[in-house]
Amino acid sequence: MDFFSALSNPENAFLRQSLLVGLFSSIAFGIIGTYVVSRRISYLAGAVSHSVLGGIGAVLWLKTIFQIEWLDPLYGALPAALVSAFIVGHFGHRSGKQREETMIGATWAIGMALGIIFVDMTPGYFDITSYLFGDILLVSIRDLQLIIALDLIIILFVGRFYHTLMAICFDEEFARLRGLKVDLFYQLLLGLTAVSVVLLIRVVGIVMVIAMLTLPAATAALYTRTLSGMMLLATVFSAVSIVGGIGISYSANLSSGPMIIVCAGVIYFFLAAIRKNE
Amino acid sequence: MNSDPPIIKISKLNFSYNDNPVLENVNLEIVKGELASIVGPNGGGKTTLLKLILGLLKPVSGNLEIFGMTPAKARRRIGYMPQHAQLDPQFPISVLDVVLMGQMDLCDKGLFGGFPRQAATLAKEALAEVGLADHSQKSFSELSGGQRQRVLIARALCSEPELLLLDEPTSNIDPRSEENLYVTLTKLNRKMTILLVSHDLGFVSQIVKSVICVNRQVIIHPTSKIDGTIIKEIYGGDFNLIRHDHRCDHAGHSHHDPFSGNRENQVTD
Repeated sequence: MDFFSALSNPENAFLRQSLLVGLFSSIAFGIIGTYVVSRRISYLAGAVSHSVLGGIGAVLWLKTIFQIEWLDPLYGALPAALVSAFIVGHFGHRSGKQREETMIGATWAIGMALGIIFVDMTPGYFDITSYLFGDILLVSIRDLQLIIALDLIIILFVGRFYHTLMAICFDEEFARLRGLKVDLFYQLLLGLTAVSVVLLIRVVGIVMVIAMLTLPAATAALYTRTLSGMMLLATVFSAVSIVGGIGISYSANLSSGPMIIVCAGVIYFFLAAIRKNE
Repeated sequence: MNSDPPIIKISKLNFSYNDNPVLENVNLEIVKGELASIVGPNGGGKTTLLKLILGLLKPVSGNLEIFGMTPAKARRRIGYMPQHAQLDPQFPISVLDVVLMGQMDLCDKGLFGGFPRQAATLAKEALAEVGLADHSQKSFSELSGGQRQRVLIARALCSEPELLLLDEPTSNIDPRSEENLYVTLTKLNRKMTILLVSHDLGFVSQIVKSVICVNRQVIIHPTSKIDGTIIKEIYGGDFNLIRHDHRCDHAGHSHHDPFSGNRENQVTD
């Protein structure tokens, strides 16, 4: 296939870099996705990812108006994700007084709306497509470093507090009775999800990151019934989708983000249908 | 009965959800070694009473002492089995991991987290206690309703409690499992005090020592003084009604129909 010959072509360093970003992203997608699916917070993750556009828009506007050169969209995306994760997690939580899905919907839409308004207010033209739909072929070496750092943080945190996180996700009330700091760990998990969403947006974009946080983990759940097994398998399914998506999009000259999602989706529905008929 | 101080002591307790009174002027003392069933209609406050004892809910007024401490401080000495319907049956977790939650005090400590062998041993003992020793590696989601219930009892036992609180242990289980549960609870009662919420009056008359009727107010009846006829009278027999118009001198209470007039309260199973 020309994709593999293109990979070995010395001129195509960008392609190898994209592939590495994809493979390292799979670890974050697999582990965080496992919590998103088993704790059933995929819409919460969706709200966090869409609110990121608000942060990116605000930074683009500040950067242009006040001519602050060092401002990077990341500096807007990260606070926006963390704040929205905190808002939805804290005020929309089961024990909270607000309805969770209302908080999620509001955060989702307001974040998106603010982003568009900021972009409107910013003089000049900005193409936000790559934020919305991702473009893994445009990643930099810094993106790769950040994603590897994220993987390390996730692995250390989840490895160290595996049983605590499992107890909190499975039965929060009982975990509280056994003296666990439920709210702290839930917020930490949401915070980690928010940071992951921000970095993974580079791969598949704001609109579709939720699919990569659910489809590989849901596919893994067809074959395993433990959290750790789900994390491993989800990482594998995620890597297969990303490599396949990049390969097809490169060969057929189509957008990489949507192709990765289509791969993950096809794998999920195909295997789910097979498992159902077994 | 012995002369030890009661392990649960509730006096003049009131609780309400958003101004709707759920429990009114509750006075209750439970002594060590008790095996009591909490009965009453749905929405009568049975689970609320358990959650107050656990400190998950705070009383609006009144006093509540567990082992002479506040409920939050006493928690570690209490084993709790919630209604299993409130848990996600699809959650990817093994039976052993569910039971290990009872020993979270030992888990995820030190540099690397994980759980010590001691915790696994306690968890397996607890599983053996409920007759599921060979199910530890199975997935929680592939068990039957009755088995899940027993796993949750094992989880409560795993924390080596002095007081065991069970919310609806007889829902969702077949008659044979129910028989096993009687035997298990009677055996456990030699080591710990047990309070269980139950709709099942057969259960009540067979093994428990006292019946605590909860319907906004709380009244305790020693079963030694209650024969089948009185139980039928309490529950209104075929009419499924609770009437608190009997007198009972043993537990020191004497009352006249607090739910007078048209407020007859139906037991809905």
